[in-house]
Amino acid sequence: MSGLLKSSIGRKFAMALSAFFLMFFLLQHFVINLTSIFPDHGATFNQLSHFMGTNPMVQYVMQPILIFGVVFHFVMGFVLEVKNRNAQKVKYAKNNGAANSTWMSRNMIWSGLAILAFIVLHFIDFWFPEINTKFIQGDWSGLHDGEFRYFHELQQKFHNPVRVGAYIGAFAFLAMHLLHGFSSAFQSMGANNKYTNGLKTFGKLYAILIPVGFMLIALVHYFNNPH
Amino acid sequence: MNLTLKIWRQKDANDKGQMVDYKVTDISEHMSFLEMMDVLNEQLVNSGDEPVAFDHDCREGICGMCSMYINGEAHGPDRGVTTCQLHMRMFNDGDTITIEPFRATAFPVIKDLVVDRTSFERIQQAGGFISVNTSGNTQDANAIPIAKEAADKAMDAATCIGCGACVATCKNSSAMLFVGAKVSQYALLPQGQVEATDRVLNMVKQMDEEGFGNCTNTGACEIECPKGISLENIARMNSEFMKASLKG
Repeated sequence: MSGLLKSSIGRKFAMALSAFFLMFFLLQHFVINLTSIFPDHGATFNQLSHFMGTNPMVQYVMQPILIFGVVFHFVMGFVLEVKNRNAQKVKYAKNNGAANSTWMSRNMIWSGLAILAFIVLHFIDFWFPEINTKFIQGDWSGLHDGEFRYFHELQQKFHNPVRVGAYIGAFAFLAMHLLHGFSSAFQSMGANNKYTNGLKTFGKLYAILIPVGFMLIALVHYFNNPH
Repeated sequence: MNLTLKIWRQKDANDKGQMVDYKVTDISEHMSFLEMMDVLNEQLVNSGDEPVAFDHDCREGICGMCSMYINGEAHGPDRGVTTCQLHMRMFNDGDTITIEPFRATAFPVIKDLVVDRTSFERIQQAGGFISVNTSGNTQDANAIPIAKEAADKAMDAATCIGCGACVATCKNSSAMLFVGAKVSQYALLPQGQVEATDRVLNMVKQMDEEGFGNCTNTGACEIECPKGISLENIARMNSEFMKASLKG
């Protein structure tokens, strides 16, 4: 086991493992966000947000694991990118990459960087204010003017067309990242068998439906907001 | 057909190297790419210039010696062939063809289009073999029952000719298709089981030490491989490696 993360395959395996974890988190985030467009004026969304925001298991166990997973995936991604660039120091004068691979598969670092930029924006929008309210100001009530604040905060954020545009652009990059990443993670973990074609189809559906779903949720809130 | 060739010229391993333009005329569409290179070299020798150095041996598509990165693809635009089996009918009269050596830190250029692929030999020496008792009581391989599917897949993996097109075409210069094929051909057979753990650990260790990159599953190697080696072999190597790491 020693030195597993120093080997090329060990690193690939770790990338895949963290990717699976992040894809599972994404699905959970999507399901909760989807409740924000339920026709109950955010009641379900508020309940779920309050649970996720105040449950000790989520806050003190799952949240640190998630942050570690995100940081690990990005750091390992950069480490691999640097190593891969060193493996081909002299570039071809003419290279026809499109002849044998998809744009998504060749540009995971760029779609990944776009997602990283989005996460910074998303943290500024939602996560840092949450941390400030709960851990610095010590307000764990989840209330504002006697009502749950989560749905209201969400609506406020999606008032700005520039922010909605940035979110939609980021979700497009997320879709591209997932279109290659989903099946790639299975391959890295050694799963290439009779189920591979089915998994690839499922992966494509996941990679398109989840980001498009996030886009639609953002658009619904934008157009439902009084401008 | 008349062609313009843009060819990488490099005197030796220490030379900086550069692309040089050449013209060749009256090339038959039935020629192989290497025969076209022979015509160019004859022309260069007749005019007192240094011929272009390139690797070749069997010229039958089975030795894996000829390389070349032609118009942005390993072994050129055709599929399932090495450069010696690439025919000039794949090109048009008046075309400009860019010809470069395989590029990878682990495949340093020796001269012009010739690269040093002995890193593959060192990976093979690290574990790409089985130890067989040859003292006279060796068991007949045909007496060992092997499932048809396993035998077929092992044979498919064993068709790898070690040409290095997978490394050349990979944006990360990863050798995982080659190593995956070499690991798989033994991992699938009973004869390979005895040394299975050490084999995969040692071959992957050597592969990493040689400076090959990490596979990002673009699948380009599978497309460009002249022998159609499947990505399934990389997945098998990955699972063999993880199993061996947990054991070791």
